[in-house]
Amino acid sequence: MITGSIAAIGAGLAAIGAGVGIGKIGSSAMEGIARQPEAASKIQTAMLIAAAFVEAVALFAVVVALIAN
Amino acid sequence: MDCSHVFDFKVNRLTVVFTLFLALFFVTPLLYAQEDTSKAALAAHAKPEDEKKFNLGKFALHHIADSHSWHVIGDYHIGLPVILYTQSGFVSFNSNEFHGDDEAKLVIEKDGQRFVKMHEKIYYASAAANEEGEYVEVDANHHAKNARPLDFSVTKNACTLFISVIVLLAVFLNVANGYKKRKGKSPKGLQSWMEPIILFVRDDIARPNLGHKYERFMPYLLTVFFFIWFNNMLGLVPFLPGGANLTGNIAVTAVLATATLILVVTNGNKYYWKHIFTPDVPWWLYIVLVPVEIIGIFTKPIALAIRLFANITAGHILVLSLIGLIFVFNSLFVSVVSVPFALFIGAIELLVAFIQAFIFTMLSALFIGMAIEEHH
Repeated sequence: MITGSIAAIGAGLAAIGAGVGIGKIGSSAMEGIARQPEAASKIQTAMLIAAAFVEAVALFAVVVALIAN
Repeated sequence: MDCSHVFDFKVNRLTVVFTLFLALFFVTPLLYAQEDTSKAALAAHAKPEDEKKFNLGKFALHHIADSHSWHVIGDYHIGLPVILYTQSGFVSFNSNEFHGDDEAKLVIEKDGQRFVKMHEKIYYASAAANEEGEYVEVDANHHAKNARPLDFSVTKNACTLFISVIVLLAVFLNVANGYKKRKGKSPKGLQSWMEPIILFVRDDIARPNLGHKYERFMPYLLTVFFFIWFNNMLGLVPFLPGGANLTGNIAVTAVLATATLILVVTNGNKYYWKHIFTPDVPWWLYIVLVPVEIIGIFTKPIALAIRLFANITAGHILVLSLIGLIFVFNSLFVSVVSVPFALFIGAIELLVAFIQAFIFTMLSALFIGMAIEEHH
């Protein structure tokens, strides 16, 4: 018998989505840096901002899960 | 006390910094663990029937929440002032008068009024205790239903806020004086430590996003950046003067985001407002577009607040959960896995502390930049 809220499942699903998103950002940034190492610092900044946006979605899900719990 | 001689020699200074750094790393899990033991022991005393059941979720949430007293170690708490605005004016007393009671079992009488504390909230006490010995009326979910006075207490978070303000003022007044004294000369001491970071904020955050008008917004961006960064780091220190979770408090991050919102709204030029109220689309699309754009003004700072809050909170919960695994499995051997892993997360959190301060400042600059951008 499983009890409790299913909010945790939602948080987990959001984590999958964010994982895919951050993975894609990281891989593209690496490709970009490999092609053009001199632009590394600019790419890194843009990468961090994009990653923060993606990550925020997962964290919103965590907050919702915490509230729903 | 004058401790400046400690910092007289470069070697000494390095040693002190390095020792503090090491201490931070080694003591973090130990202290968390120690706290856990006492808490777990307390729980075991109170409810012997479910001795094995350690509620990790509740424990973690309790530790990241604000509180009226500052837990130092074991049973020692630092009392903080409780300031209440009641029907008959202000009432204040030391929070240690509650003697660690958080279940509304101890009534405090002040100026003919009676108060109890339950789950870090202060209520007017009921005339008589209920069957569990609590001086409040509770509903089905065990939440108190009593009326509450307005609470202006200097809580743990407020106290940390004061500490961080004092430290930030000390550091930056020192740096600012350095620039006045050594105008045009190379920086020295604390100044040379801060200068690269200040330049980083200017060259990598303000200039690319704000263009040539960046200078007007530098004070705000620098303040926000260093405030968030410093408080993130302070939140990672498990003992005094750290231990409070200031940037992981939604109220604090909401205030910071509101400051950004005010800057955006007050500095927005006519192109910015035109883009919101009369965008270049067929008029019948306004029915959809204008409300969306108006909501967009507010979702940006809300996302800003929640991002910082959730990131810091998630980090703290992660560390507490990993250490808490020892008590969930009730075995010492779990610590072989969980303590190194908590240490690893602690190191990641140091990085996150910087990245989140950077992201918050960056996005603030971006939003302000969007509002002041000239039309091409």
